[in-house]
Amino acid sequence: MRVPVNRSESANAASPTPQTKIQVKDLAVAYGSFRAVAEVNLEIPETAITAIIGPSGCGKSTLLRTFNRMTDLVAGARVTGEVTLDGADIYAPTVDVVDVRRRVGMVFQRPNPFPKSIFDNVAYGPRLYGVSRRAALAEIVEHSLRKAALWDEVRDKLHTSAPALSGGQQQRLCIARALAVEPEVILMDEPCSALDPIATLKIEDLMRSLAVTYTIVIVTHNMQQAARVSDITAMMMLGEDRKTGTIIEVGDTKSIFTGPKDKRTEDYVTGRFG
Amino acid sequence: MAKAGGGSEGRRVRLERDIARINEDLLSLGSLVEQTTLQAVDSLKQRDFAASRRIIRDDREINRRRFAIEEAVLAVIATQQPVAHDLRLLTAILDVVTELERMGDYGKGIAEINLRIGEKPLIKPLIDVPRMAEKAVAMLHRALGAFVAGDAALAREVPKADDEVDQLYNQVYNELVMYMISDPRTIDGATYLLWVAHNLERLADRVTNICERSIFLVSGEQLEMDSEQDIA
Repeated sequence: MRVPVNRSESANAASPTPQTKIQVKDLAVAYGSFRAVAEVNLEIPETAITAIIGPSGCGKSTLLRTFNRMTDLVAGARVTGEVTLDGADIYAPTVDVVDVRRRVGMVFQRPNPFPKSIFDNVAYGPRLYGVSRRAALAEIVEHSLRKAALWDEVRDKLHTSAPALSGGQQQRLCIARALAVEPEVILMDEPCSALDPIATLKIEDLMRSLAVTYTIVIVTHNMQQAARVSDITAMMMLGEDRKTGTIIEVGDTKSIFTGPKDKRTEDYVTGRFG
Repeated sequence: MAKAGGGSEGRRVRLERDIARINEDLLSLGSLVEQTTLQAVDSLKQRDFAASRRIIRDDREINRRRFAIEEAVLAVIATQQPVAHDLRLLTAILDVVTELERMGDYGKGIAEINLRIGEKPLIKPLIDVPRMAEKAVAMLHRALGAFVAGDAALAREVPKADDEVDQLYNQVYNELVMYMISDPRTIDGATYLLWVAHNLERLADRVTNICERSIFLVSGEQLEMDSEQDIA
């Protein structure tokens, strides 16, 4: 009796294992004597969306900021362990930290457009890198705004004020700004929490289309968003000492939300605490 | 690891694609159950014990596919948070897949009976029982088509054939009782055939359940589609 092949199994077998874009090994972050994050080991796969979820104050944003050395900007912050990008430790002394921040861009919770025109916001990064010809800048600006799904809405008003855009548009502008310097990774720290539901869905759709080309890491306290949007989910929470955050479980998103292995993850995603 | 979404497709497209895939798997499982049922009755008629053993072993595949569909539905619910009709459709699929698995068990039961009867000849040639099987399987095929297509009109039609299955069952029942009364040595053999007929009658009843689900899904009407027979 011929039995048809189960389609989903064969589809999974056909896709190759993705490479690791960022590898985190035994990472700890301390602010003075306070250990915010410790014993973190994590692999971020390329061209996929990884979500970091967990209750407030468990160190998710702190962890995210180690991926592009934003922690350097906090006085007294000390990072130990390793964060490698394509195999090279970004905390090595010879590393060009500005280039790290170009390759690993960041989008924040509150959209933060510069008080300039839409065009100048997106052109800012490229100009810093020495692009000055009008035509070249115009092309980069259009390309980035298209990739950020904002071009059609602003093409006729590129020289108007960016802060005059709606919240959702401002956030897509910030994404365009990050894209303009050709990053490889985009970090997003609660990118939708200041936005209305429709704007949120647009950003989520945008994330998926960007994940074809870029590696995305998103910190979110919105579990449904993590479930909708991500391929891999990492659950973070405070450890035994109730002070230091660590990753307690990582898995493909479907498994985390249908059958997590750790009881604490189960309790968190089902809303029993957090 | 399968990617959560294919590139730039919208949420709606992704959900519809996932539901379409689950529906295909559902129809596939339905076909398997149809084949199993017909083969089980045929192997009884032909006294083919090897075929019956194969059917019993292959029931595992029906169970495996049932769980695969269930997992797929849970994954869609967890990761895409469908609501309204989409959610009711997905929970209806869980229901239907359970009915299919039970129908698979009926086919396995018929194959087991063939082995239990063993080398003894059947007490009578099988005529009505294969007819019951054909009708029940035809009903299942149409019911699943109606479910996947959201065709409430067809879903209302299909259960009418259940009356024909019930009539055949009564015929078989009466005939076998006559055998048992006239010759007690046939009681064993007659009882086995009665179980086979009963399994097929139950299968047809479960098809009716699937049709009720389809109608509920489309119209919100909660129906009990009882057979025309009186309960004496």
